[in-house]
This record gives sequence, C-alpha cells and structure tokens, in this order.
Amino acid sequence: MTSDDLVIDVRGLTKSFGALTAVDHVDLAVPRGAIYGFLGPNGSGKTTTIRLVCGLLRPDAGEGRVLGFDVIRESEEIKVRVGYMTQRFSLYEDLSIRENLAFIARLYDLDDADARVAAALDDLGLSARADQLAGKLSGGWKQRLALAACMIHDPELLLLDEPTAGVDPKARREFWDQIRRFADRGVTTLVSTHYMDEAVQCDSIAYIAYGKKILDAPTAQIPDKVGLHAYRLRGARVAEAQAALERDPGVVFATRFGADLHVVGKDEAAIARLAKAAAERIGATAEPVDAGLEEAFIGLMSGAADNAAPGAPR
Amino acid sequence: MKAFSWTRLKAVFLKEFVQMRRDRLTFAMMIGIPVLQLFLFGYAINTDPRRLPTVVEMRETGVFERSFLAGLKNSTFFEIVATTTRAEEGDAMLRGGEAAFLIVIPEGFERRLVRGERPQILLAADASDPVASGGAVNAVQQIAERALARDMAGPLARLAPGAPPFEVVVHRRYNPAGETAYNIVPGLLGVILTMTLVLITSIALAREGERGTLETLLATPVRPVEVMLGKTTPYILVGAVQVLIVVALARWLFDVPFLGSPLLFTIAITLFLFTNLMLGYLISTIARSQMQAMQMTFFIFLPSILLSGFMFPFSAMPGWAQAIGEALPLTHFLRMVREIMLKGAGIGDVWNDLAPLALILAVLSTLALLRYRRTLD
Ligand SMILES: Nc1ncnc2c1ncn2[C@@H]1O[C@H](COP(=O)(O)OP(=O)(O)OP(=O)(O)O)[C@@H](O)[C@H]1O
Ligand SMILES: [Mg+2]
Repeated sequence: MTSDDLVIDVRGLTKSFGALTAVDHVDLAVPRGAIYGFLGPNGSGKTTTIRLVCGLLRPDAGEGRVLGFDVIRESEEIKVRVGYMTQRFSLYEDLSIRENLAFIARLYDLDDADARVAAALDDLGLSARADQLAGKLSGGWKQRLALAACMIHDPELLLLDEPTAGVDPKARREFWDQIRRFADRGVTTLVSTHYMDEAVQCDSIAYIAYGKKILDAPTAQIPDKVGLHAYRLRGARVAEAQAALERDPGVVFATRFGADLHVVGKDEAAIARLAKAAAERIGATAEPVDAGLEEAFIGLMSGAADNAAPGAPR
Repeated sequence: MKAFSWTRLKAVFLKEFVQMRRDRLTFAMMIGIPVLQLFLFGYAINTDPRRLPTVVEMRETGVFERSFLAGLKNSTFFEIVATTTRAEEGDAMLRGGEAAFLIVIPEGFERRLVRGERPQILLAADASDPVASGGAVNAVQQIAERALARDMAGPLARLAPGAPPFEVVVHRRYNPAGETAYNIVPGLLGVILTMTLVLITSIALAREGERGTLETLLATPVRPVEVMLGKTTPYILVGAVQVLIVVALARWLFDVPFLGSPLLFTIAITLFLFTNLMLGYLISTIARSQMQAMQMTFFIFLPSILLSGFMFPFSAMPGWAQAIGEALPLTHFLRMVREIMLKGAGIGDVWNDLAPLALILAVLSTLALLRYRRTLD
C-alpha cells in the first residue's frame, strides 16, 4: 500500500497537558475507505488523538498528513474535508434543530445549504420537529443530530468520537449501515467506541492505553494477537469459584458471561488445568471456548487500572 | 479555501442574533438598564432649583447688608441657614454639604461702593450641581441690585443705571469647569453602552468554550475575522436601540437639548459602539471562563467611570490619570457627544476625539484577531 492511499498518515503524534502525556508517540495509518476502530480505556487519549488529527490541537511532536495535507500547517484545508463529531454534545442547545444544521452548512460555504439541511432532516426523520430546540432533545437524539451535522458537507473523512453513546440499538444498527455505505463510496472513518458489537464492525482496530498505541491490527486478527485462551464454566455454583480464579496469577481475568463464568489466560495448558480443577470443586462443567474480541479487550484492559483513576501509574 | 466568506459571516451573525433574541433575560437587561438608569439619574438633575441652603458671611451690618439679607430671605432661590462673621465657619458648612452656597460680603463693602471702587461679593458654590450654581449668580446679582436701588437711593442714585457698581465673583468648588447637569445624559449614555456592550461581548467566546460549542466552531472552516464580526455586529443593533431610548427619553422627560448634527452624532456613536464591542471581544479572546470575562470587564469599567471625565472633571485630574483617560474610549465619546449634543459642534470640533477613537478601535480589533485561538490549546 502506498502512502497515497492513506487518508490518515501520522507518525509520532505527542501531546502533553502539563505533566501528563495524554498522547505518546502515536502512529496511525488509515487507508481510504476503511472503518478504523479506536479503542482504549477511559482517559487513554482517544479524544486527544482525534483532536490532533483534525487540527483542533497542536501536537507537541510528530508529523504527518491527513487527506494529503500537512497535519500542522494545513489544518484549514483538512477542516473543510473532515467531519468531526465530538464526544460531548457540542451543538447549540438554544438553537433549533434546523438552525443548528443550517448554521453548520453555511459555515462550510455550501451552495445548496438549504437543500442539504432539508435532506438531513428527512434522513433523521426530524422534519416535523425541526423547529424544536436542540437542547430539548433526548440524549440519543442529540447524538443523531450531531452525527447528521458532521456529515452535512459530505466529508471525505469522518472522525467520530463515541458517536453512538446512549443511542438505542435500532439507531445504532442504522448508523453502522450508513457508515458502511459511506465506506463503500470511499469515505474513511475513524471511530472511537467502547462497544464490542461496534468494534467487530470495524475493518481494523487501534488500541491505545496511557496515550500509547498498544495494538493495531485487522479486527479478525486481534484475538490471535492478544493470544488469550478461554474456558467456560457452567454450573449452579460458578460464583463461588470466581474470586479464587481471579486471584490466580495464571488467570488474566475471570468474568461472568450471563450465568456462565469465563476464565481467560495466556497459557492454554495452564488455563485448562485451572478451569478443570475449579469446575471439579464446585461440580460444574468446563469447556474450551473461542476467546473473542471482547475477551481480548478485557484482557488488555485488565492488565492495568483505569487510566482515569487518580494516581494511576504512568 | 476562501479567506473570507460572506456566507460564513452571515451564518455566525444570524446564529448570534437568534441566540441573543432567545436569551430573554439578557435582552431585557440590555434594554431595561438604560431606561432605569436614565430615570434614576435624570430625576437627580435639578432643573428647577428652589430654597437652596445658603450661609451668609459678613462682619458689618450696614444698610446695604440688612437690605441684601432681606432680599435673600425673600427670594425663593436661597434659604438662609446661617449667618456668620467667621470665614472658617462658612467654609466648613459648604464643605460639609450643609450649605450649597456661601455668600461673602467683605468688610467695608458699603464704603468702597460709595467711592466707586466696584467692591466684590463672593459667591462660593458647591458646583457639583451645576444648574443650581449657574442660577445662583444671576439671583445674587439681582438681589444685590435691588437692595441698592431701594435703599441706597441718595448718593448712589447716579450709579444705578449701566453697569452695577459691584461685582459678583463666583468660586465654583468641586466642579471648576462649571459643566452643566445636562452633561449627565451623554455621560450616562456612554457609561450604559460601555457597561452592557463590553460585558455582553466579553463572554462571547468563553460561553462557547464552557458550553463545548467552541469545539464545533473550531472544527469548521470559519475564519477568525468572520467569528469576530459575526459575533459583535448583532449587538450594534442593541446599542442603537439603547441610544435611541436614552436620547428620546432625555429629550422628552428632561428637555435635554440636541443641538448638533444627527449625522455626526451617528458617526460618533457607531464608532464608539464598535470600539466597545471590540474591547469586549478582545477580553473574550483572553478570558478562559465567563466569570473571568466579567471580572476583566469590571477591571476596564472602573477606570472608564473614574478617569473618563464622567465622574470627575477631566481637567481637574492629575497628569497620569489624564493619560490613562486618553486611552479609554469613553473619554473621547463623552467629549464628542457633549460637544455635539449640547454645544452643536461640527466635525472639525470633534475631530481630535474621532481620530483617537478610530485608532483605539483599530488597535483593539487587531489585538483580538491576533489573540484568537484557532485550536483548543
Ligand atoms: N484540555 C485538557 N487539559 C488537561 N488534560 C486533558 C485535556 N484533555 C484531555 N486531558 C487528559 O488527557 C488524558 C486523555 O484524555 P482523552 O479525553 O483523550 O481520553 P479518552 O481516551 O477520550 O477517554 P474517554 O474514553 O473517557 O473519552 C486524560 O487523562 C485527560 O484528563
Ligand atoms: Mg474521549
């Protein structure tokens, strides 16, 4: 793949806030038309990275190109072509839905601003409520409005920061269908999320913790890369085994999946032995299961405390 | 990408205008404040002075003195609260506000009058109420003349026509320039505009920052100059409404004259409105929160009130205070509007205030554009 095909091609992006290095030498290479997932625990630097990519923050170090424009010097050119949806609702609560969309459309100097606003309202199914104040919308509807607003100028690159937080399953489904259709047309998406069912929809995933990128691979390869093995314990008393298993150094994590208990570890033989022994004690069955994406990420995250936790080790 | 786009400017303008209109409380305040202030200050303008407390100092009680005193007592203008022979006592009463006037008839007044030496009657006035002190001079003059005409007929009769054989010397205290009370109206107008317009624009960017909308704004291709103009110009309309209210009320309620050219007045006002809006906007590029913006605004507001000539006569201020005053938009506005409204001044007369004001505007807007942060850092 040549670098011309890379919509985001940045290297060594670094950003500090005082003593805290929020983003630490992060490289990103996102090809055209890809849906790139951006995962990591709270406070790991996802939002900061996205802001660096769209020129809202100036990196302390690093360089690169976004849509072929220099990420530091040509951020104005990048802004025209990027649709950025912020994590926190950041449209005007004291403007109506229509006024918000029209404001954004005009800021992109679109000739057919009114038509696009009408189309967006139609897509959202909000035409009838277009004159309602945005602040009066429910959380999920605010997200959907924000999404419509950041797409109104047909951007080539979508930077979406937890776009579906608080959105109901049906709307999320529609949203991902829409992203996929965009991708087929060549629109590139970098999307941060905490949802596993969304992560699996991504072509590739970058995982970040403490500002450092730890993993970056096609989604299908992630479980193998993390290299975890899982056993499922099924029985009436699995709860009794959980605490002891969690304390065992050979176990990365033991967690409930519904009524079952999943025991996950790096060493296949060791985890098989531990799971079977525990199952015997409590009269449960132990079966090997595929360690999926979810196990992989819980495994990655349980390696360290929440980034946002006060006094978290650096 | 275009460096400037009318569409984008219009977008910011419309958005700001709609938000302004929806923010009922602020809007009501911006219209309510001028009305309220004008009523408060306006009725403090004493346009029909009566029975002003007066202390008379004299050492002799001759025919003239007695007659003059009787004349004062009969007048509706003065109310004699004390007569004294000691200079300190009269001064103290004037200083303490117990008396608005001190009338001093010096020793040997009558004798010198007879000799044709044109002796002086001293009228010391607390001139902080200028209309009252203005009227007092005429009143004293008339009362003294009448006292002469009535009682000094004999040897002084030949002095009666023509110039009075004495002189009334006025000492204005606390307002040596003798500015008229009508000055309060231009002053008030300037203060109201400074207060409301600087305050409202000073929070322009901090508010977007606190609400998180700045991130949306900065992620779009909107240019600093478009944000600056789009966010300030809607308030020109508010300022214009305030001006109309104040000028109209001042005229109808308090008969404040408007002598000058409305066009020149409009030019001066417009320039002043923009300067205030830019000042506020500059603050908003510096302030990190709405609270900080308000604190900074009051930091500007205080010297504006104290050093612009609104509170204290400009010419009576020390040099350093005048230097600060010259840098304040309000100072130039006050001079211009007083001259245009009350003295009918033309462009030639106000040029030396118009030009500095334009310079201040240019400096403020340049600084604001330089200060505008295009990132969230
Ligand atoms: N403007 C700022 N000033 C100071 N610290 C900041 C600022 N922005 C972010 N941080 C810090 O940088 C770190 C990374 O924050 P960031 O918002 O990028 O995390 P995130 O991965 O998006 O988290 P979440 O999943 O909770 O949204 C956090 O510790 C945060 O407190
Ligand atoms: Mg975030």
